[in-house]
Formats: sequence, structure tokens, C-alpha cells
Amino acid sequence: MTVYKLKTPISEEEIRKLKVNDVLYITGTMVTARDQAHRRALEHFKQGKPLPISLEGLAVFHCGPVMKKEREKWIPVAAGPTTSTRMDIFEDEFIKNFKVRVIIGKGGMGRRTTEAMAKYGAVYGAFTGGAAVLAAKAIKSVRNVEWFDLGMPEAMWILEVEEFGPLAIAIDSHGNNLFMEVQKKVEENKQRIYQKLGLSP
Amino acid sequence: MRGKPLETANIVEKVAFNLLKQAVIYLPEDVKQALQKAYAEETSEAGKTQLKAILDNVELAEKYQAPICQDTGTIIFYVKAGARAEDLDKAEEALTKATRRATVEVPLRPNSVNPFTQKNSGDNTGRLIPYINWEIVPGDSIEITVMPKGGGSENTCVTGMLVPGEGIKGLKKFVVDAVIRAGAKPCPPNILGIGIGGGADISIKLAKKALLRPLNEPNPDPELTELEQEIFEAVNMTGIGPMGLGGKTTVLDVHVDYAYRHPASYPAAVAFQCWAARRATARINADGKVEYLTHKMW
Repeated sequence: MTVYKLKTPISEEEIRKLKVNDVLYITGTMVTARDQAHRRALEHFKQGKPLPISLEGLAVFHCGPVMKKEREKWIPVAAGPTTSTRMDIFEDEFIKNFKVRVIIGKGGMGRRTTEAMAKYGAVYGAFTGGAAVLAAKAIKSVRNVEWFDLGMPEAMWILEVEEFGPLAIAIDSHGNNLFMEVQKKVEENKQRIYQKLGLSP
Repeated sequence: MRGKPLETANIVEKVAFNLLKQAVIYLPEDVKQALQKAYAEETSEAGKTQLKAILDNVELAEKYQAPICQDTGTIIFYVKAGARAEDLDKAEEALTKATRRATVEVPLRPNSVNPFTQKNSGDNTGRLIPYINWEIVPGDSIEITVMPKGGGSENTCVTGMLVPGEGIKGLKKFVVDAVIRAGAKPCPPNILGIGIGGGADISIKLAKKALLRPLNEPNPDPELTELEQEIFEAVNMTGIGPMGLGGKTTVLDVHVDYAYRHPASYPAAVAFQCWAARRATARINADGKVEYLTHKMW
């Protein structure tokens, strides 16, 4: 386990050094995107429209934050990760088209995303689900909010962060997927559990 | 409260607001203790790191008076209304007003979306939301419980119509399979609520309500304790662990409740609660005096 501290924009070469079980802290620019923002970003790409910000080398955070407006300034109140699997249907295209280097969320992602990460050079960093205050305290400022018509959780929040983490590298850019490894072990354990409970498989 | 409907409504609103604030910022003591115990006993390095982050976060939430999790949930109330309590017709409006106020002042994340237009109402209210579960009980007091229920753990809840002939074995398999299918998604370590019998709707209602039982309180039906323990041990053998990164703490507790079933049906449901198992309860007595039952700091 190695601890990395990277600043955005992150290059492909830098991100390829990371392996599953490493720990990453990020400083720099990060944007939030959930289902709706992913869908809209890909629609924009298809129509040749630019995104509000270039995502190349940045981190995308699966997060619908609670923000508070004080004297015209947005203050993050709580900003933990949401379940990433919902974004599996978008993420391979997202990584390919926008060259993001780090996807942050909880619960892991599937084969399609893992393959895209290996092909284009990106990693998945698992942030502890529900640890919303820990995350909010690492956000130094809210630069902007785009697509606010999608609602507070689904909007694209552009954030400046400092040592955002710990992110457990659960998918690296070499085809390794920690969540899938755990799942494989769980399947093996299932038979032992059935046996203990006197169930037939 | 007699003859002063406005006052009763005001008390209900104030109490519900306080409950919402307490619930989203402070985890109940029994949940905190269970998480601390899990941290002390977890042997997987990855799992321990996650539990440490969880405990740090719980502390930070209290320190900064901020919601533990950004998903402050769908707002669900359980109201035990005394049959002789006055002005209950004003309660629904008061609970809705409290939810709106809490959304702005705590704040809560606006989590109420029209399923057809996908438009977020912005204030955590909408058709049937906040949802109120009514129960009429003897007496003249009103007991209000709020359960802000997170979406991640809601998405893994399941109901099933099992085969009656398979009996309790079928139920055990149903639960184990549900936990394995859920994996990392419901933010483990979880609390499992298991509802059996009644009908499809009744089983999931019982399962969800069972999540409200404190973790240090045994099942009021001692015959169910053994089943709860057996399922607890079985699902913790899965190795899913904290946040699905591997470990022996997949659930903190298992709570079972049941109703009698139709001879041809074996309805069963599993409700998942995330580690941020938020709930708060208060009782409003007939003289207007309020007792906060889950959070003592108020």
C-alpha cells in the first residue's frame, strides 16, 4: 500500500503508477456528476457542444452535496459519495471523451468501466460512503455550479479541494478491481453459509 | 391542548423540526456503540480504515453540527397517536411544515422528485412526502419518530413471495442472497430489518419499521432472538465487510418482525439500513410537555 498525493490536472503517466489498495489524496479541481449530469455531458459531446469546464486530468466525484448559500457564496455542508454503479452505463464513454483521470464514489463499478480505465488511463477511488462531513471539510471552495436546473444533488458542482481523501484505489488502470475480487470471495463463502444453514445450493 | 388547535400544531411542528435536526446530525448512542465495537473487532485492514473514517465523520458531524451524510434521506414519520389526543387533523400539515423548515435551516438535501417530470420540489415535500405511518394507541399523547431514510440502502430493499413449503429455510436463503446481491451498495455495515407474512405490502412495512428498534434492545419476542442471531452470524460470514471492501462486519444487527400469513403465501421482505442509521423520537404529552426519547442533549 502506497500513499499518493496528486495535484490536478493529473497526467496519464501519473495515474498509471497507482495500483489497487493504494491510497490517494487529491488537491486541485474536482467536479460532481451523478446520473443526470453524466447524461447531459454525453449529450453535449454528441452535439459538439463544449462542457462548462474541460474535465481533462480532473477528478469526477459521484456526489449530490448539501450546499448552503451564505452572502452569495456556496458553502459545502455535507458531500459524501453516492453509489457509483448507477453511472456504469455512462462512465466508459465519459472517460473516453473527457479524459478524466479519477472517478470517486462508493460501492465500486463494473467490467465496462474497469476496461475503459485500463484503456484510457483512469482510476476509481472509493471514498467512505456517508462520510459527508469528512469530505466537505476537504473542499476549500465552490468555484461554480452548472446545470442547477437539474436540482441541487444532480447539478455539476465545480470544487477546489485540498488533500481530498483517503481514497482507496479500488480499480486501477491495469484491469484490477478490488470490489470484483471481494465479490468473488463472497461467492465462495456463500456455499459455506448455505451449508451452515442447512440449505441446498 | 384542548381548545387550542394552533398551539398543538405549533408544538408538533417545533418537535418535528428538532427531531429532524437531531436525527441527521447525531447518531443514536446504540448505533455509535455498535460501530465502535465493530471497529475494535474488525480484522481486515481495508475494513478497519473504513470504520475509522466512519467514526471520524460521526465526530466531525457533531462538532460542526452538520448532517452525518449528505443524503439526508426521504423523510418518513412514524406517529403513535393517542386515541384521545386533540387536533390530530393538524398534525400532517405541521409535519410537512417542519420538513420544509428543516430543509432550509439544518439544512437537508432536497430529495423529493416527481417521478414523471423528474423535477425536484426543492423542499423535501411532494405527493405523500413526507410519508406518515399512523398508529392509533390508547391515551392522549402523540409520539413522533422520524426516520430520514437514505437512498443507497433503500435501493437494495427486497420483497419476495417465497414458497410456503420451504418454510424458514427459504426465508434464510432469501436473506443471505439479498445481502450478497446488495454487496457494497447499501453502505455496510448495515442493519437488516426482516418482515415476514401478512402480504407483500405488510412484510416490507414490518421490515422497515423493525429498523427503528435500538441495537442494544432484544426482540420483544424471545423466540425470534435465535433466528436473528443465526442470520446475523450467517451474513457476517459473507466477507463483504465495511463499504464492501472486505471484512467481517457486514451487518451490525438483524431485526425480525412478522404477521400471520395466508396458507398459500409466504411473503418476506428485507429492509436495509446504512451505517448512518438515523432516527429520533419524542413524545408530546396532553399538557404540551415534550419528552425527547432518543437524543438526550436537547
